[in-house]
Amino acid sequence: MAHVRVRCSVICIMAKVSKKKGSKKIKKVVMSVEEQPPVNEEEEEEAGMAGAEGDIGSSGEDEGEDERKRQKLLQAISALGGKRKKALGERSEAAVDMSEFSVNPEDGPGKVQLSDLMGTLEKTPAVPAKTRKLLENLQRNKKTVDSPLSKQETERIQRGMAFQKAATEVSRWDSVITQNQRAEQLLFPLNQEPAGPRPIERLVAGWKAQTPLEQEVFALLSANKQPFTDPILTPAEEASVKAMSLEEAKIRRAELQKARALQSYYEAKARREKKIKSKKYHKVQNKVKRKGLLKHIEQMIKTDPAAAMQELNKMELARMQERMSLKHQNSSKWAKSKAIMAKYDEEARKAMQQQLEMNRELTQKLVTPLNEEEEEEEEGAAGEADVLPDFVNDAVDGPPNPWMKGKLTEEPTKEQVNDAAPEAASVSAAAAEEEEEEWAADKTEEEALLREFDCRRKRHQAQESDTAGSIFQEEMTEAAAEDSGASDCDEEARSEFRSISRGGEEGFKATEAVNCADRTDESAQLEERLIRIRTVEDLERLPHEPSAEPRDPPTTKAQPSEEKRVGKSKKKKGIELKEVLTKNTNIIKVPLAPTGTDSEDPEAKVDQKGLIKEAFAGDDVISDFLKDKRRQEDEGKPKVIDLTLPGWGEWGGLGLKPPKRKRRKVRSAPPPPRKDQRLPTVIITEKKNASISLHQVHSLPFPFENHAQFESCFRSPLGRTWNTERTVKKVTKPRVVTQMGAIIDPMAEEELLRNKDAVARETSSVNSKKSR
Amino acid sequence: MKVKVLSRNPDDYVRETKYDIQRVPRNYDPSLHPFELSREYTRALNATKLERVFAKPFLSSLDGHRDGVNCLAKHTRSLSTLLSGSCDGVVKVWNLTKRECVRTLQAHEGFVRGMVVRYCGSSFFTIGDDKTIKQWNMEAPGYGEEEEPLNTILGKTVFTGLDHHQKKGVFATCGQQVDIWDEQRSTPIRSFSWGVDSFSSVRFNPVETELLGSCASDRSIVLYDMRESTPLKKVIMTMRTNTLCWNPMEAYFFTCANEDYNLYTYDMRYLEKPCKVHMDHVSAVLDVDYSPTGLEFVSASFDKTVRIFPKDAGHSREVYHTKRMQHVICIKWSADNKYILSGSDEMNIRLWKANAAEKLGVLAPREREAVNYSQKLKEKFQHYPQIKRIARHRHLPKNIYHQRNELRVMKEARRRKETNVRKHSKPGSVPVVSEKEKHVVSVVD
Repeated sequence: MAHVRVRCSVICIMAKVSKKKGSKKIKKVVMSVEEQPPVNEEEEEEAGMAGAEGDIGSSGEDEGEDERKRQKLLQAISALGGKRKKALGERSEAAVDMSEFSVNPEDGPGKVQLSDLMGTLEKTPAVPAKTRKLLENLQRNKKTVDSPLSKQETERIQRGMAFQKAATEVSRWDSVITQNQRAEQLLFPLNQEPAGPRPIERLVAGWKAQTPLEQEVFALLSANKQPFTDPILTPAEEASVKAMSLEEAKIRRAELQKARALQSYYEAKARREKKIKSKKYHKVQNKVKRKGLLKHIEQMIKTDPAAAMQELNKMELARMQERMSLKHQNSSKWAKSKAIMAKYDEEARKAMQQQLEMNRELTQKLVTPLNEEEEEEEEGAAGEADVLPDFVNDAVDGPPNPWMKGKLTEEPTKEQVNDAAPEAASVSAAAAEEEEEEWAADKTEEEALLREFDCRRKRHQAQESDTAGSIFQEEMTEAAAEDSGASDCDEEARSEFRSISRGGEEGFKATEAVNCADRTDESAQLEERLIRIRTVEDLERLPHEPSAEPRDPPTTKAQPSEEKRVGKSKKKKGIELKEVLTKNTNIIKVPLAPTGTDSEDPEAKVDQKGLIKEAFAGDDVISDFLKDKRRQEDEGKPKVIDLTLPGWGEWGGLGLKPPKRKRRKVRSAPPPPRKDQRLPTVIITEKKNASISLHQVHSLPFPFENHAQFESCFRSPLGRTWNTERTVKKVTKPRVVTQMGAIIDPMAEEELLRNKDAVARETSSVNSKKSR
Repeated sequence: MKVKVLSRNPDDYVRETKYDIQRVPRNYDPSLHPFELSREYTRALNATKLERVFAKPFLSSLDGHRDGVNCLAKHTRSLSTLLSGSCDGVVKVWNLTKRECVRTLQAHEGFVRGMVVRYCGSSFFTIGDDKTIKQWNMEAPGYGEEEEPLNTILGKTVFTGLDHHQKKGVFATCGQQVDIWDEQRSTPIRSFSWGVDSFSSVRFNPVETELLGSCASDRSIVLYDMRESTPLKKVIMTMRTNTLCWNPMEAYFFTCANEDYNLYTYDMRYLEKPCKVHMDHVSAVLDVDYSPTGLEFVSASFDKTVRIFPKDAGHSREVYHTKRMQHVICIKWSADNKYILSGSDEMNIRLWKANAAEKLGVLAPREREAVNYSQKLKEKFQHYPQIKRIARHRHLPKNIYHQRNELRVMKEARRRKETNVRKHSKPGSVPVVSEKEKHVVSVVD
C-alpha cells in the first residue's frame, strides 16, 4: 500500500523533472527510489521524497560512469569467446524504455500488478462499485486477448450482419406481397384518389377566412362550438347520434330476431293447419270463425266503430268475391254428386240446401251506409294486402301501386308512417280485446306479440328516422340480408368456384416459395410455328396437337358377363315394347271450347300440355325413334364377308353358281349384347365420337388436383344469358385494372402502413366477433 | 262494384329520365337457356380466334439515330417522353404521342452507356465511354443557345451502368467498382468493390430504395445496401448476367438476364437458388424490364426477339419480332403498363403494345364489359385443346424456329444421357439436380 503511493509521487516528480533535464537522469532517479526497501509507511514517503530530490544532484554522474565501464567489461569478455562476432548496431528508442506514463518494465520485482493497485480501491469511497467489480473480474481473468481477425474475416462478418439486416428489413413486405398475390382484383396506380366529385369539405379545407366579416363569423361559430364544415352537426348532436349505444342496438336486434322467430312459428303452424285434409275440421273451423267474427263486430260497433267498419268492408269484399266466383252454386263436383244423391238421401239434401242458403246469403246485396269512395280512401297501404282477395293483387308485392290508388307517391314514407301508426294502435287494441274473447282461441299470443313488435318497430321508425335512422336501417338491412341469405348462397358458391383455380395455386404457393405459384404451367408454353395467322381461316388450318388424340379408355372384359347377369335378373320384369309404347298417345282429345287465356287460372297448366300435344299431334316420334334404334343395332351387328371369287378355274357365265368348296364366308364372332337391349326408350351408343373427343380435355391440367375440382370450374356459366347483371359484373371482374394515362409508381412505404392498418382492422373485427 | 283489370305498376317499366337505359325484363329460368356449357365454349373459342386475328402488337418505329440504340430511359413524370442514347454518343428525346424526335444532343464521345431520368423529371444523367457523367436539363435550350450539361463529372475509369435513387438526389454508377454519388459532389460518397474489376449494370431497388443490385463480369450478381460500408452478398452463376431488374411491387424479387439464354428470378433473401427460371430465348438475353404492375416483365435478346413473361411462369406468353429488327439491346415497359419500347442494333426504337390484341383508346362501357367477359371465358376454357391450340400459336421466323428446335434436341439429348448415366451407376451417386439449382455455382457471403 505504502510503496504504491511512493511510486505515484515519484512519477509526479519525474514528470516535473523531465521538463527540466535530460531523460537519463530521471531514469536513475526512478531506479534509486525503487531499490529502497520499504520501511515505514509515512517515514518512507517523506524519505522517498527527500531522497529523490537529493540524489538528482550527487550520485547521478558516478553511476553513469559505472555503467559504461560495466558495458566495456562485458564486451571484452564476450570478445574473448573464440569467434569474433561483430555485434550488430542496435538502435533503441528511448520512448520504449521510458515515457511519462510507464515505468521501466525491465525491473522484475518492481513490476506493477493489478492487485497492487486494487488495494487502494477499497479505501477510496469515490470509486463506484461497478468499476470495482469490473476490475476484480479483470484480475481473475488470466487469459490473453485474442489477436485481431484478418481483414477478410472481419469484412465477411460485416457483410453477414448487413445482409441479415437488409433481409429482415425487406421481409416487412411479406404480408403485402402475399395479399396482392391472393387479391381478386388489383387496382393500379396504387394510391388512387377515389373517382367522382370530392366532398365539399375537402375542397374547402384549404380555404381560410380572409375578410374581417368572415373572420368575425368564424370566430363566433368557433366560440359557440358550431360546425362550419359538412356534416353540419354540433358536438352535442354528434354525441346524441353516437349515443345509440351497443346495448340498445343489441336489444333491438334481439327484438327483431324474436319477431322473426315468432313469425316463422306462426307460419309453420298455419301451414300445418292448412295441410289437414279433414273437410269436417275445416268446416267446423270456418263456422267458428264466422260466428266469432259476427260477435266481434257487434262488440266493435259499440267500442270502436271505425274498426268495425273495416271488418264490415271485409265482409263486403268476401261477398263480392263470392258473387264473382261460382263457389257455392251448384256447379262443383261435390254439388253435382249431392244433387244426384239428394233424391234418396236426407243428409245430402240438407247439405245442398245449406249450400244454397250460403250462396244466397253471400250474394245478397248488402245495404251499407258507407260510400264507395270513402271506402277506397280508407283502404290503407298496409291494410290493402290482407283485405283484397289474393288473386286480384298477386302481382303487387313491392311498393303499393300508386296508379291503382289514383294518387302519386309523393311522400311515400311519411304517408306510410302516418297510416301505420293509428292502424297499429287499433291493431294492438284489438289484440288486447281478442284475448278476452272466446273466438280468439285459435289466435295465439304469439300473434299478438308479433303485432306488438310490428307496431313498436313502426313507432321507432317514426320517431328516430331523422336522428338515428341510419343505424336502425342498417340493422334492418342486416336482418333482410340474413333472410335472403339463401338466395345469396348460390352466388357465393359461384364465386367459390371461380376462386378454386386460384385456390389451387395458393396451395401450391404454400408448399413452394411464396412467389413461385404458376399461373401458367410448363405445358402452357407457346407453340411457335412458322405459320402466320391473318384470318380466322388460318386458325382452322392450324395443326392439331397430338395430345388431343383420344386415348383408349381401359376396356374391361368382365363387363359383358356382368351385363348378362343384369339382363337375366331383369328378364322376369322384361318390358314388352307393345305394352310400354302404344300409339294411343297420339289420340288426343281436343277440348271443345277454346281454353281461357286467363293466366291466373290453375287449369292453364293442364291446357298448356294439351296445347303441345295438339301441336305435335301428327308426329309419330316414337316410331321414328324405334326405327333409328333398329338401324343402329343393325350397324353394330357383324357383317358377313363373302370371299368367293367367281370365275377362277371354272367356267364362267350367267347363272352359274360357285361350287360349294369355294363358297367360303367369313363370319366374325357376335358382339356382346347391347346395353340398351332391354331399354325401349333409350339408345346407348358405345362407339366413340372422334369429333367430340377433339374438343375434350384429356388430362388433368396443372393447378388442379382432382377431376372434381377441375369440373367445378365449369359448373356455373358466366354470361348474362344465365346470370343477373350484377353477378356478371362480379364474375367478369378483370384481375388487373389500370387507369388510362396514369403513371404507375412503384410501391411506396405508405402501402406498408396502409396494409398494417387494414390487417389491424381485420383482426380487431375478428376479435370482436369472437367475443360476441 | 269494382271491376278488376290487369294493372302494372309503372314504376316497374317507366324510366325516370330519358337518359336511363331501357329496362329489359329477363327470365333467368335455367330451363329456358339450356346448353350453357357448350354455348360458352363456342363463345370462348370465337373469342380466342378473334384475339389471335386482332393480335397486332407493332405500333410504330422511331428512326433517327445514326448508330445502334444502346440505352433507353423512361421519363419519370411524363408518359409521352422517351430518351434514347446511341452508340455514337447521341442522345435523343422523343415525343411518343407525335412519334417524333423533339431534341438531339451529342452527349458523349463514343457510346452512351447509360441514361437515367432524375426522380423529379427535371433533369437526366448520362454516362459514356469518355469517362464522364453528365447531367442535362430536361428542358431544351432556347433558340441560339448551345446544349450544355448542367454538371460534368470526370471519372477515373469508364462507367458502364447508371441508376438513380427513387426519392433522393443520389445516383449509382458502375464500372470498375460500384459508386454511389451525391448529386452535389464530384466524388463518390461511397464505393464498393469486392474482388471484381468490372460491372455491367447497377440497379436501385424501387421499393426498398436503399438497396442495389449489380451484375459483375465474374458471372456474379452482387447486392448492396447504400447505408452499409460493405456489399451484402453475391451469387455466382454458370454464365454472366447482363442486367437485372427489381420488381417494382414486390420488394425482394429481382429478375436477371443471363448469357445462357435464360432469365432468373431471385428472392434476394434466398440466393441459393432462383425462384423461377424463365426460358424461351435462343440467344443471350441482353435486357429486362418489369411492368409497372410487377406482374410481368419483358426481355430483349440477341436472338432478335422481344418476349413477355408472366413473373411466375417458366415460359413466355408472347414473342414479338419483325423482319427488320436486329439484336435488341435495350427494352422498357411504359409506366402506364400499356406499351413496350425496344431499342435495337439497327438504329430504330420500336413501340409495341403490351397486350397484342388489346384495343387502344377509350372503351365504351359495353365494349369493356364484352372484353372482360371474353377474357374470363378464355381463362375458363384455356385448358380445352382446341382453344389452347389457337391461343398458344405464335409465328416465329425460320432461323429462330430452327434454332429453338435444335436447342430442344440438345436439351433432350443431355437429359437422356444423364438418365442413362444414372441408370448405370450406383444408386444415389448421380443425384438429380433440378433446373433451378443447375445454374448457381455458389453464394459468397
